[in-house]
Amino acid sequence: MNQNTLVLLASISLLLPFLGFVLLIFFGKKRLPRQGDIIETGFVLGSLVLSFIVFFNKILYFPEPIEWKFEWVNFGFVENWGEMKVTLGILIDNLSATMLVVVNVISSLVHIFSIGYMKDDVRYSRYFAYLGFFTFSMLGIVLTNNFFTMYVFWELVGVSSYLLIGHWYEKKSASDAAKKAFIVNRVGDFGFFVGIMIIWASLKTFNFGEVFAGIEQGKLSGGLLTAAGILVFCGAIGKSAQFPLHVWLPDAMEGPTPVSALIHAATMVAAGVYLTARTYAMMSADALTFIAYIGAVTAFIAATIAITQTDIKRVLAYSTISQLGYMTMSLGSGAYVAGFFHLVTHAAFKAGLFLGSGSVIHAMHHALHKIHDHHTDPQDIRNMGGLKKKMPITYYTFLIYTLAISGIPLTSGFLSKDSILAGAFAFGKLSGHVVIPLIGFFVAGLTAFYMFRLLILTFHGEPKRKDIFEHIHESPKVMVFPLVILAVLSLWFIFGPNPFDASTTWVEKYIHKPKSVVPHDQQFEFNLPKESVLVTEYEHALHEAHIPAMLLSLGMAGLGILFAFLTYQWGKISAEKVANALKPVYTFLKNKWYFDELYQNTFVLATLGISRFARWFDLKVIDGIVDGSAHLTKLWSFSVGKFDWNIIDGLVNLLAYITGFFGYITRLLQNGKVQTYIIYVVFAVIVLFYIFLG
Amino acid sequence: MLVNLSGLKNVGLEHFLIVGAILFSLGIYAVVTRKNAIMVLMGIELILNSANINFIAFSKYSTADLSGHLAAIFVIILAAAEAAIAIAIVLNIYRNFLTVNIDEIDNLKR
Amino acid sequence: MSLFDVAFYVLAFITVGSAIVVVSSKNIIYSAFALLFTFFGVAGLYVLLNADFIAVTQILIYVGGILVLIIFGVMLTTKAFDVPIKTETLHVGPAIVVTGAIMGTLFGVILKTRWFNVLNVQWDGTTKKIGERLMTDFLLPFEVASVVLLVALLGAVIIARREKVKS
Repeated sequence: MNQNTLVLLASISLLLPFLGFVLLIFFGKKRLPRQGDIIETGFVLGSLVLSFIVFFNKILYFPEPIEWKFEWVNFGFVENWGEMKVTLGILIDNLSATMLVVVNVISSLVHIFSIGYMKDDVRYSRYFAYLGFFTFSMLGIVLTNNFFTMYVFWELVGVSSYLLIGHWYEKKSASDAAKKAFIVNRVGDFGFFVGIMIIWASLKTFNFGEVFAGIEQGKLSGGLLTAAGILVFCGAIGKSAQFPLHVWLPDAMEGPTPVSALIHAATMVAAGVYLTARTYAMMSADALTFIAYIGAVTAFIAATIAITQTDIKRVLAYSTISQLGYMTMSLGSGAYVAGFFHLVTHAAFKAGLFLGSGSVIHAMHHALHKIHDHHTDPQDIRNMGGLKKKMPITYYTFLIYTLAISGIPLTSGFLSKDSILAGAFAFGKLSGHVVIPLIGFFVAGLTAFYMFRLLILTFHGEPKRKDIFEHIHESPKVMVFPLVILAVLSLWFIFGPNPFDASTTWVEKYIHKPKSVVPHDQQFEFNLPKESVLVTEYEHALHEAHIPAMLLSLGMAGLGILFAFLTYQWGKISAEKVANALKPVYTFLKNKWYFDELYQNTFVLATLGISRFARWFDLKVIDGIVDGSAHLTKLWSFSVGKFDWNIIDGLVNLLAYITGFFGYITRLLQNGKVQTYIIYVVFAVIVLFYIFLG
Repeated sequence: MLVNLSGLKNVGLEHFLIVGAILFSLGIYAVVTRKNAIMVLMGIELILNSANINFIAFSKYSTADLSGHLAAIFVIILAAAEAAIAIAIVLNIYRNFLTVNIDEIDNLKR
Repeated sequence: MSLFDVAFYVLAFITVGSAIVVVSSKNIIYSAFALLFTFFGVAGLYVLLNADFIAVTQILIYVGGILVLIIFGVMLTTKAFDVPIKTETLHVGPAIVVTGAIMGTLFGVILKTRWFNVLNVQWDGTTKKIGERLMTDFLLPFEVASVVLLVALLGAVIIARREKVKS
């Protein structure tokens, strides 16, 4: 197997889901068996197999990145520019190969789960078509080797997210959420676009490798380089729901739950992190600090909100935002591999959490349907409780995911989270930004707390509503199967043999932090290689921080779990009392830090105000000018019309009158009767006769 | 106006021509005065007959060959065709206007 | 006054007299029958002029064809039972003036002109000669006339045909 074969296989893996999309969107509803769900799922499974082949071949036999390029357009020589051309292509390195597998695994499992979850849906076929379309777009982001197609697929992913959030568009909240997601994303994408244009204008290329090479040669540096890095990161802020553009993700939970699992937990929102990892080499120290702070703030805000939410999916949504903030923070603080590692592990257990919640919601929904209750919210955890007995498989898998996200040993989450915290620790120590590790550890505790709160309220204790509880059943096999698979994927042995040491995992072994191409004076000093020692100062600190960070994070997680059990399982601490004691804080958190209200009152109202002013201006001033000129024209036309009417028309009418007069006289001869005419004719003949012969 | 009446003593060409002229004038009169389209048609037949008399008379007295006869034959052929068509048209007019009085059919005026 | 002259005057009288009846009769049926006599008279004049074939043709076509056609036309276009079959006249005055003028003019011309009037051929029978000439000198007009007749036949049928009642 050579490089070209690998590229070919990757391309097929990219196009298979798209083929499924085309088939289903045109023939799905009427022509295909079972509305085509089997076909689409089959295509994605095929794509999965191919991506595994690509992954293992790449990792084991091709240490160097594989790149395949083709020239898309060539405008020839352009003045003040040089040869203007756009080259597109596919890049397969360890990063994209891993991501390829992650996306395909989650996508396949979600496809399988959806067969059970979306059964009897009105737009069943279209749902699968959009899933395929999303998978295609996401794989496009993963495999591209340039900013240009990256942006194109970036928008396609946004579109498919929009379509899937608004799948039940009859519900106003769903269509509103879809619009919100799309518009908020556009804000971030605008920054991304400007960043790309800075790069295109100064380096005249879109290709990642060429961009980095150009920066290394000093063609783009200083403030502009930092600006380009931050602007490109803006795209990640939008897609990965980072503060301040995180508001769309909780609302996106209006979409079907498998969609939430695929798009809004595991893959699409991770695209921002992937983008940051891709462009990591061009991030200057200032940009990295910015990224780290954005990530930390996001992680903190989302974790605090998650504590107070009662909707099972919203808790998970805020948890997702928080974890994405973790990854971003990790990348910003220099723990590149840890951030990406967390992306991979998080994809598995967060998808599992969402699918598990989907399983619960599915059961709740059917139970409510049985007792003809259409008002109770099937997603509210205050109506659940004790589901452990009825849904054992869902419960145990859910437990594993919860342990994983809390960072308990023997799970994958422990490995990745530990690395992140170690990185943050080292970063805080070396750069003086102590806030970052502090937030990191605090959020680790919060995460454990709210996740166990969710678990306990949903599965433990006594059922809150007996009537519903009686009708709860375990979900069908087709839905349980993905849960089990994901639970297995959340364990440590998938990644490495030692459950306590992340450095033995294959992720740390095969994925390496790219060498920064930023000029040295714009890098952190501790990241620069020293001549005398082999490792940088940062790597050294990272190594040292490993054990303390692990212990500290375990302690925080244990504390969080303890508090959760004290409050919700054993009732030693009353949640109401705490909420009442901290009333202002509770209300503040319950209302999600008032972000929606803030945006509503500032940006939305300001936009509306500007629109109203523009309308007023248009109506009064622009229209006034137009109307004024219209009045002038009218006046002029009126005088011209008078002249025309009286003098020109007068002459014409005079002519007409003269003609009419003669016409009147001759008309007397014409009475329409043929015989009169014959008399004229004969008479004329006689006259002519006499003229010529007489 | 000098009229030579000497040729009228014996019946000759002029006699026939005068009969033709009378028929012609009567035909014109019928065509002009009668309201009924069929009467107009009869007038036309009279006019054609007057022309034929002239042809035959000239053929006998002036040219002494049969060219006049042949012309008369063609005139008769055309008269037959004309009569057939004319009657068809008249019938059609009658169907559309419920009358054959041509003074009431003054569409030419409008 | 020879027999020829007598015959001429009798026939001329019949012709002109019946023609006057044709144009002056109020009853259209009378007019049609008077026309019959006019045609016979003209046929007689043809015989006097040694045109035996034309005379026969005249009787066959005019009397047997056209006149019958005209009478059919009368019958088909007149409500024969409740209304008398009368035809009215219009602008008689101008018509008399014009007709008189044209008749006078024609008489003047006929009498004033010195006709080439010397020949007075006698034919034994014209039919064969007319046939020969039709097949030689007048072949083209003859064929064209046949086409004209055919077209007139079709045209008359198409025009007079009752249209199919639509709806």
